[in-house]
Amino acid sequence: MVIEVKATITGNVWKIVKEIGDTVDEYDVIMILESMKMEIPVEAPQGGKITEFKVKEGASVIEEDVVAILE
Amino acid sequence: MIRSILISNRGEIAARIIKTANKMNISSVAVYSDADKAASFLQKADETVCIGGNTPLESYLDSAKIIAAAVSHGCDAIHPGYGFLAENSVFVEQCREAGLIFIGPDAESIRLMGDKERARQTAQEFGLPTVPGSGIVKTPEEIRTVCDHLGYPVLLKASAGGGGIGMRKVDNAESLAQAFSETTDRAEVAFGDRRVYVEKYLEEPHHIEIQILRDKHGGLLTFYERECSVQRRYQKVIEESPSTSVNPELRQQLRDAAGMLIEGIGYINAATVEFIVDREHKFYFLEANTRLQVEHPVTEAITGLDLVELQIRIASGEKLSLDESTLPIKRWALEARIYAEDPHRFYPSPGMITVYREPDGEKVRVDSGYSTRGMLTPYYDPLIAKLITWGNDRDEAICHILQALDNYQIEGIKTNIPFLQEAIASPLFRAGGYDTHFVEKLRAN
Repeated sequence: MVIEVKATITGNVWKIVKEIGDTVDEYDVIMILESMKMEIPVEAPQGGKITEFKVKEGASVIEEDVVAILE
Repeated sequence: MIRSILISNRGEIAARIIKTANKMNISSVAVYSDADKAASFLQKADETVCIGGNTPLESYLDSAKIIAAAVSHGCDAIHPGYGFLAENSVFVEQCREAGLIFIGPDAESIRLMGDKERARQTAQEFGLPTVPGSGIVKTPEEIRTVCDHLGYPVLLKASAGGGGIGMRKVDNAESLAQAFSETTDRAEVAFGDRRVYVEKYLEEPHHIEIQILRDKHGGLLTFYERECSVQRRYQKVIEESPSTSVNPELRQQLRDAAGMLIEGIGYINAATVEFIVDREHKFYFLEANTRLQVEHPVTEAITGLDLVELQIRIASGEKLSLDESTLPIKRWALEARIYAEDPHRFYPSPGMITVYREPDGEKVRVDSGYSTRGMLTPYYDPLIAKLITWGNDRDEAICHILQALDNYQIEGIKTNIPFLQEAIASPLFRAGGYDTHFVEKLRAN
């Protein structure tokens, strides 16, 4: 099953803390977005393995954009 | 006397400083980034200078561009507002080298208070109590010894942390080792610095601060406290002055302690000394801010003074003509920070303001940096405006602020206005005596 991980806010990708191939549990932080001087984590909506990042560090994202794919 | 000021800031605080400059017949030069080229804070400035860039580093933190703009426009002083370059000692030196007056303290005062550990030691030297705690702890064994000695709960803090990021409460010895390892890891990821220290966790803590002004002739003014315990994400949202949790005896102790520190270090201009006050009315020095605070208007509202004007006069070398004993304090004031953010999760909400209408009224003040079609960009902080109301007593100030919040119209982005309304109308707030866990307690009800 493919699970889309979506941006929690509009902002920039500050840090990607996981790597492709990493296994994550529900609520694990995958990346940290930055907007308006705040850092907001993007958490795994459920457990899985990261197969793809749709963004790079420094990229701009809009709320609800898909930023990563889990399987 | 200063004749021309460049404001090295943006948004509501730039607009607020320009207002005082205009009142004093001082010409004002506002700088702006590319992202702010249509921003409303520029409207009242005598001159505006584009310094380009979008991010703070490319614009409001670029000291070389800002100083060049001040020099080329014939300014004799720079007001830094808060944030950006306001507490940058190198910038203060650069101003002096360029022949510009920095409206604030000298570089050494900023360095001294900017280093949290040195500030703490200095406060202790002048007899101010500090929260019991440790220096940097390096191993699980070391932290265990320290915490067993302090007593639980304790608060682990990242040395390079700020704004509440990198803090962790630990309730007992059993969970200490894991919490220590997670806090150091998180500090590494967030700040590139693994250093962690520990403080005793205080029960029902209040965040109380004292505004101070000191002139070059040794004249000192300490004001009534500001209560800043309503915080979300460890940042202030609602402030009031005076505080419902401070009695006259404690007030005098806080003012004396703050005054002792500021006089002791020979500080000049405006400062705020922050304290944590616990359930038993014991107080501890937290930090000193070497600049104008966001929440300075509540002090202005209860005294009728203009703190920016006094900052400018002090920087010009004038002697404060006010006497502490004559400070007229017969009002109660509240401030609510209007943020572009989701009112439930407090996540930022950048975007365009499609409708903007401020409330007005006799005892209502709005310090704003935006208007209709204003853009809240992801580059800067989410503060849209500050709403300040006052009255002869607290109930009147509350009544005015609730009415003003009702009449505040902002569309196109999410704002925290619904949260502010809920918070201020709550029995928890109305009863007073709330602590820094206010938001958790409000949500739990």
